[in-house]
Amino acid sequence: MSDLSKSDEYYSAIDHKPPKPTGWMDTPVNLRKGIYCHSANPKSLDYVGMPNARKFDPTAEDWLLPDNWQEIIHKGFKERLDKFRSLKVFMDICVRCGACADKCHYYIGTGDPKNMPVLRAELLRSVYRNDFTKLGKILGKVNGARPMTLDVLKEWWYYLFQCSQCRRCSVFCPYGIDTAEITLLGRELLNLLGLNIDWIATPVANCYRTGNHLGIQPHAFKDMLDFFVEDIEEMSSLQLEPQFNKKGADILFITPSGDVFADPGTYSCMGYLMLFHYLKEKYGLDVTWSTYGSEGGNFGFFTSHEMMKRLNSKMYMEAKRLGVKWILGGECGHMWRVIHQYMDTMNGPADFLEEPVNPITGTKFENAKSTKMVHIIEFTADLIKHGKLDLDPSRNDHLSVTFHDSCNPSRGMGMFEEPRYVIKNVCNNFYDMPANTIREQTFCCGSGAGLNAGEDMELRMAGGLPRANAVKHVHEKHGVNMLANICAVDRAALPDLMNYWVPGVDVTGVHELVANALVIPGQNSRPTDMRGEDIPGLELEEEEDTDE
Amino acid sequence: MKDNLVSILKTKKSTIVKKWFELVVNSYPPDTASFLKGQKDQFANPVGHTTKKGLEAVFDEVVSGMDRDTIVAFLDPIIRIRAVQDFTPSQAVGFILDLKFVIREKLKKELKSAPVQAGLAEIDANIDRLCLIGFDIFVICREAIYQLKVSTERDKIYKAFSRAGLVTEISENGPGSPGA
Repeated sequence: MSDLSKSDEYYSAIDHKPPKPTGWMDTPVNLRKGIYCHSANPKSLDYVGMPNARKFDPTAEDWLLPDNWQEIIHKGFKERLDKFRSLKVFMDICVRCGACADKCHYYIGTGDPKNMPVLRAELLRSVYRNDFTKLGKILGKVNGARPMTLDVLKEWWYYLFQCSQCRRCSVFCPYGIDTAEITLLGRELLNLLGLNIDWIATPVANCYRTGNHLGIQPHAFKDMLDFFVEDIEEMSSLQLEPQFNKKGADILFITPSGDVFADPGTYSCMGYLMLFHYLKEKYGLDVTWSTYGSEGGNFGFFTSHEMMKRLNSKMYMEAKRLGVKWILGGECGHMWRVIHQYMDTMNGPADFLEEPVNPITGTKFENAKSTKMVHIIEFTADLIKHGKLDLDPSRNDHLSVTFHDSCNPSRGMGMFEEPRYVIKNVCNNFYDMPANTIREQTFCCGSGAGLNAGEDMELRMAGGLPRANAVKHVHEKHGVNMLANICAVDRAALPDLMNYWVPGVDVTGVHELVANALVIPGQNSRPTDMRGEDIPGLELEEEEDTDE
Repeated sequence: MKDNLVSILKTKKSTIVKKWFELVVNSYPPDTASFLKGQKDQFANPVGHTTKKGLEAVFDEVVSGMDRDTIVAFLDPIIRIRAVQDFTPSQAVGFILDLKFVIREKLKKELKSAPVQAGLAEIDANIDRLCLIGFDIFVICREAIYQLKVSTERDKIYKAFSRAGLVTEISENGPGSPGA
């Protein structure tokens, strides 16, 4: 009881006047439990050669920083200002018009002003002005400048890990400032001091070592896919024979490992397997999985440019080793932003691969000319457009579906129509959410950029509120009971979000819906959907068949 | 009629709810308070919209009704939001009690009449009941958050055990049967 205030203290605290505003620089940072993630495991940082690896407690006064930590940040900042012109421009160009201020889901959900993108960036800009501009050096605080102190560093850490790099704010910025880039570079600077979070650092180390975030070794990866093959046989009588590490295959398929290990992504993973089986039987499609290139996701993107490059290269090295023509990628989010916007200048062009052509339809994927990597949703949309899939959308009639545009494939690469086209061809009941919450204005799931941990649940729920609020609208208006998406982080994060805000709405990948509807030669009547749940109407037919 | 507190409250609903809403949004930092008041689009401003809609409906119940289901339907979304924001438990639900203050402020003149004042005890009691329902909702929301955290950790451990080959499921035919 000693934690509770005394009653007279409580009553004297009741005040019906608004609090006096304090300037943001004078508002101290208060690290609240449920908002921040655990600090990085030093072993994970060491494994990939990240500096200053040590365990630290974010709530402790002393973060056990190296003595010259201010010098490290200053030098690191300078180096990046010279290296990335974009950073210099973004530091100088903002006129603080406020167009971005109320567009961030974390700001909308938490109500914390330092989550306004302009202010989050100002955390860095204030130090930039102090260290690198004449006016800032002379005028100091008047010019919005302040020196780097331990409190400022803690503020950076707290708020840079409250940005999911979703870039919704950038859509509204008249200057096109990419706040995701600022966050990425800010995190890069924090990483110089060993200040990563474990939800990012350990997947990075695992991916570097075994090829995927969970550290699954090749034989276990194959085992998991073999389990799926058994499940599929049980539900459909089909016998699938996926290919692994096949040298000389036409196409290498890489998906986020979340699809292999976490529900509901697993159902989409089974969907990929069934689609590839169908295409192999009907058209001879030659696809291989890799137990080494077993991760599409790239948590390096949330760490530093260098780490993003290192992890991205693994997929291409595996494609080279196997001698495939091009790479097909699964339903993932940030993996595609890395490929679409960074890969070409980091590790590309991938000249050793061929320009991707759909061997079944002859379609050239012009947008993937240089990266040689095609998103499976484009691939499937192309197959449907050319009438190559036998589909029975009524097998999804028990579902009323809406689609969440994942930030990276939508804002990052303009992929708005393809997923909707596929869904509308495999489902009869589709309802879009309101216009200012989808497509380029989509709201993040609230858990992107490595923030999908358990310990920051309050942040995730608050950040996901704008998205959940729009889902709730279509749930109440149209009876929507399924939230489809094309991102593994979404599939992992949205079930919790729905559980809290909109019970009664489940989460699915689009290829789970495709597999539900796909009519595959040799299958039985498949009275259940991919989750093994009875499809209404079909179980009746089964009984009638038995009666006869 | 003019001596009846309930009818006066019904007539003055918009003034009272407006002030109540203002006090609730003032529990946020000033910049956020102006955003919550100013942005009218329900999808761009879910916190402001949900709060306003909820307060209006809950006010109706305090004045006439106190139907628990209706109260929960409108109070839950407000407290669900505040349960994950930067508030102490008392701040998260304490806004309900502000209604007492608002009624007294907005009906200063009317409350001088004894018959009107006589109705105040019942309204105050309704607000107290509302606050208790709010407390129940707050605890349900916090339990939901902790449950999500627990499930995350439990799944992590189960999956790690499962991947290590330490989990054997009981066969459909029951324990001890082949394949078990």
